[in-house]
Amino acid sequence: MSVVTVEGLTKRFEGGTTALEGIELAIEEREFVSLIGPSGCGKSTLLRIIGDLIRPTAGTVRVNGKPAAQARADRDYGIVFQDPVLYDWRTVAKNISLPLELARWNRHRRNERVQEMTRLVELTGFEGHYPWQLSGGMQQRVSIARALSFDPALLLMDEPFGALDEMTRERLNLELLRIWEASGSTMVFVTHSITEAVFLSTRVVVMSPRPGRISNVITVDLPHPRTAAIREDPRFFELVTSVREALHLGSDLDRKLEAPTAVEAQP
Amino acid sequence: MATIAAEPPAEHRRAAAIRSAAQRVGMLVLVLAILWGLWEGYRWLWIREGWTWPFVVDSTTMPHIHDILRQLFRKPTSGVGDILLVQLLHAAWFTAKEALVGFALGASFGFLLGVALSQFRLLQRGLLPYVVASQTVPILAVAPIVVVYLGSLHVAAWFSVAVIASYLTFFPVTINTLRGLQSTDRRALELMRSYAAGRLSVLWKLRIPAALPYIFSALKVSATASIVGAIIGEAPSSIQEGLGGFIVNFDQYYSLNPENLWATNLIAALLGITFFLVIVIAEAIVVRRAPENVA
Repeated sequence: MSVVTVEGLTKRFEGGTTALEGIELAIEEREFVSLIGPSGCGKSTLLRIIGDLIRPTAGTVRVNGKPAAQARADRDYGIVFQDPVLYDWRTVAKNISLPLELARWNRHRRNERVQEMTRLVELTGFEGHYPWQLSGGMQQRVSIARALSFDPALLLMDEPFGALDEMTRERLNLELLRIWEASGSTMVFVTHSITEAVFLSTRVVVMSPRPGRISNVITVDLPHPRTAAIREDPRFFELVTSVREALHLGSDLDRKLEAPTAVEAQP
Repeated sequence: MATIAAEPPAEHRRAAAIRSAAQRVGMLVLVLAILWGLWEGYRWLWIREGWTWPFVVDSTTMPHIHDILRQLFRKPTSGVGDILLVQLLHAAWFTAKEALVGFALGASFGFLLGVALSQFRLLQRGLLPYVVASQTVPILAVAPIVVVYLGSLHVAAWFSVAVIASYLTFFPVTINTLRGLQSTDRRALELMRSYAAGRLSVLWKLRIPAALPYIFSALKVSATASIVGAIIGEAPSSIQEGLGGFIVNFDQYYSLNPENLWATNLIAALLGITFFLVIVIAEAIVVRRAPENVA
């Protein structure tokens, strides 16, 4: 059974912008799927619809075989945003245990899980720190620990490393892969970095803008577990190139579609 | 990973906090000295030049600061009883109790009203105009009504004063609580939504903690307003023991003994500052924020 099934999905915002049109996507268990595309291609919107944070205009989204709203109510997924969105008044430990409190875990189980999670994201010793005492990369690791704390089958990530510097981002990419392999979750990962998408994913979904569509899906056949050395593998370059070409093809198509309109606009 | 620990440990921060507190005290002394200099300088210049605009300056309109301070250590008028400072401190303690009860009542009511208004849009639309209107009624007009009404219910006079103080206290708290609860970060709310958190959980675990800086700003305003309310409320209640009683009394003999009234004002101001500082300290203990985000 697919973890995520999207069928005939369309999203129009008030004011008439069509953010997504005719999206068909199935994500299998333990996959790591990246959504990549230029700004305005609706990749974040698609992620938010899968998480039932916004509603689609038409089409169906099923998560774990349930409607998205039900999956959200059952806490079937964890989410990580571009900003860590940590609560300033809570320590690292209390931030990680927030979803556990909401799920009414008792204190003992919560503390145990926080220990496990800080170990997983290598933040042991920082449990008592407040978010503003941590660097951006550490904050984002807390955010990942929080998303994974209640063991969701699905992790949704919306450009989680977009605000970080290249060095930190590459290190966190490796950590994320390790976490993914350790946790057994299915990942949906929004990014606008081609190398990041190829490095992390089992499949890269390429999207094109206006209206947001899936223009190509590229399977990444690099071996697991991946190491930093893979970034220098010729196969890695080939895949990066094909994703890049798919992206440019998407925007060429875009230009061809727009061109006649521009001519018509002439008096 | 420890190499990217961003912040110095707690004891360093405490030392820095003590340093900044010392700086503030130094600043306070400096400001007081400047105010003193301005008062005495103005006085000296206006008397020497014989200027009468905007008002005539003499020992009645602007007594020397040192005369005001000296008056604190004299027995007022007939020379019986305690020195003025002791009498005023007793009065301040009396007024402080009224103000404290008024503040507690007003702040709690204001907070609960703010929460209620934030949760029920209809209530907000219906009630908010009246909450605003309540503050356009002058407290001097409301105070006697409260005293007479509560008096007829055999409520102690000091409690009527506390109720009047609470009338001035609740409004800023309501408005800022409402504002704070409505300015919750959108992404923080989205996170709660992703956890399918209930309305009460969102309120308790997110909206209220996030609104605390707003609420504390209001509490700082309200703390001083509660003292003003208590002082004003004492007059129609015929309470003599508080600062309000002293002010009414010294008002009548102002031309004979202006220092008495100024000395009373000084003590009232100190009481207000004390209330304010208590809130500042409470805020420092309760509100956990990035240092740059603390108002």
